[in-house]
Amino acid sequence: MTTSFDAIVVGGGVMGAAAALQLAEGGMRVALCEARQLAMGASGVNAGTLSMQTKRVPLIPYALRGYELWKRAGDAVGFKETGSLTVAYTQGEAEGLAQRMTARRNAGAPIELISGTAARALEPGLREGLVAASYCAADGYANSSLTGVYYRGRLRAAGVDVRELTPARAIVPDDTGVTVNTPAGPLRAARALLATGAWAKAMSEQIGAPLPIRLRVNTVSVTERVPTLIKTVVAHASGLLTLKQAVNGTVLIGGAWQGRGSPDTWQGDIVPETLIANLRLAQYVLPRLAEARLLRCWTGFEAQTPDSVPLAGPMPGMRNLFVLCCVRSGYTIGPYIGRLMGDLMLGREPEMPLFDPVRLFKAPAK
Amino acid sequence: MLATGAIERFYPRPGWTLPGVVGLGAAALMLKTSGVLPGRHVAVVGPGAFAISVAKLIVDAGGEVVAICDPNSLRAWAEALPAMARYPGSLARDSARLAALALKGVPMYRGWDVRAIHGERDVDSITLGRVDDQWRPLGQRERPIAADAVCIGYGFAPATDLYQLLGAARRYEPTFGGWAPVLDRGQRSDVPGLYGAGDSAGVSGAAAAPGTGRIAALSAALDLGCLDAATYERKTGATRRRLARAASFGFAVTRFTQPNAAAVGWVPDHTIVFRCEDIRADELRAAIAAGVQEINALKAATRCGMGPCGGRVCAEAAAALLECAGFARERIGQFTARAPLRPLPLSALTGSFDYGDIPFPQAADT
Repeated sequence: MTTSFDAIVVGGGVMGAAAALQLAEGGMRVALCEARQLAMGASGVNAGTLSMQTKRVPLIPYALRGYELWKRAGDAVGFKETGSLTVAYTQGEAEGLAQRMTARRNAGAPIELISGTAARALEPGLREGLVAASYCAADGYANSSLTGVYYRGRLRAAGVDVRELTPARAIVPDDTGVTVNTPAGPLRAARALLATGAWAKAMSEQIGAPLPIRLRVNTVSVTERVPTLIKTVVAHASGLLTLKQAVNGTVLIGGAWQGRGSPDTWQGDIVPETLIANLRLAQYVLPRLAEARLLRCWTGFEAQTPDSVPLAGPMPGMRNLFVLCCVRSGYTIGPYIGRLMGDLMLGREPEMPLFDPVRLFKAPAK
Repeated sequence: MLATGAIERFYPRPGWTLPGVVGLGAAALMLKTSGVLPGRHVAVVGPGAFAISVAKLIVDAGGEVVAICDPNSLRAWAEALPAMARYPGSLARDSARLAALALKGVPMYRGWDVRAIHGERDVDSITLGRVDDQWRPLGQRERPIAADAVCIGYGFAPATDLYQLLGAARRYEPTFGGWAPVLDRGQRSDVPGLYGAGDSAGVSGAAAAPGTGRIAALSAALDLGCLDAATYERKTGATRRRLARAASFGFAVTRFTQPNAAAVGWVPDHTIVFRCEDIRADELRAAIAAGVQEINALKAATRCGMGPCGGRVCAEAAAALLECAGFARERIGQFTARAPLRPLPLSALTGSFDYGDIPFPQAADT
């Protein structure tokens, strides 16, 4: 028997959950189906960095608003406003840093350029020889492990029919709506959203509208609990390192160094060369990390478009099926862009522009 | 070839975090390699023959065993006898140990289990209680016993973490002790070139282990072209016949020690399950009640499994609590294995390096 809704969201990460919430708050009857449990992919295993310093310039306005939403979620997601520092150890890095941070500042991020000495006054554990740094006070992190718990509670409170362990076997759009086939039977709605992150590529192929998505396999590591080494979120001018120390004392090491793996099997593998480079950079910046014991390394699958701009709009050529994925820094931006997506599907004008996927399907200019 | 053995299965009991409580395997190791007694008046708790062999080691080393406690009833033992008799050597060995302990007047409690372990700074006594044939508490009858150490373990599970990291398929097989790699009759996994042997391939005891190792080695030789098919069949044939007998004894014994969620389901809310961070049974139960169904979602929600051992100590208890809530072990799954599997100082991986040695690929976000 087919169960009918006003909208179906496929994918229970930050994007899908935030969109489903907005749809429900807009008065729709919403089903959300998730192949596993909520936020078991990138939304739940990313390094939790909420820093304007690591965001792409065009996405800064979205990131600022996403940050505010995480801040509002507070303890429920382990939010901490710690400030963030990005450090440069060579003249070349310092020049690149100044350029990039000025662009971000112009886009609205409250980032200031500071001296190496000032940076070490903030974080005495950093290696000597800092040439320059940038600082953003309104930055921090959250605990991405809690994403699923947080959204499960909010979705249920909003009346969303949350269907976990319910993979969408097929998504079939037609003139009047979309049918989503699941092992528990077909679901039907006037509109549906594909928000399956790294899994969107294979699913878009099944739908017959393949999206040009590249896969990134980002590595994250964590140490055992150690005495306080840093208080802020520390990043490196190369964009290849984030460091933060959680309240419980563990140090999280990120930087999007590439592992290997496939979303099909959920198996992500660490690549020794990139892991060691990641750890060396971490230890270079924060020398006392050398003594800390590494507990776990893992990977998260991230989807990316050729132009690094999100896919957020109707599936090309379709009226009832929408897509939201490939949002760089999606953890920070997700709660906000998901809300915009919900507005679009509710027929409202989103307060900020979305990113219509059709741009990637236009004939190349002669 | 993976021959990584088994890991001990621990079930939480009130007071099990007190100094003086050690695993049966740890006790055997202390006694065999260093002649160290776990205590002077030791309670030995666990199903099957391993508890008896540890008790015998303690007595031989001059310690007093104040109780041997096995949740299996005498009837369960009697039912296993015919299968065990197919491997008379092992049966005779175990019977002799039992007789020696009985001669020393060691009290045996069959059909009993630990209800709590007591003490201020370390163990000073335990409370035993009757259990039914599912190992659930039966009635109010309890017996306090003075003891300064408790050796406790509820069987063994294959150590599958390396199979997991290498992406080999696994299935849940209670008679193998839990999750075990899927292997063909030549001990081959579904990963080309990866073979499994011994208890890591499915717990079947010391007698069976050499046979599986031999078959795995012969299969590898065959697959590498170092052995012709006829020789392979001849050499493995004899091994398989011996193995069948050894395995039937092993399985008769592991029958006593299969995963048993009911043996965890009754533990009081205040019982610590995740020892590393004092997470209690009620916190796990609350997460499950709020919608967690998979063990990795439970880990994300509660941190259970994020300690230095990678979850080897708490995994079975966490899975059992989920099983008691009505979920199947296949659905519950295993904690995802995370490199490096054992804590490793960062410096052991980073080695000696200069800043210039760190390769900086183009970051995605700069």
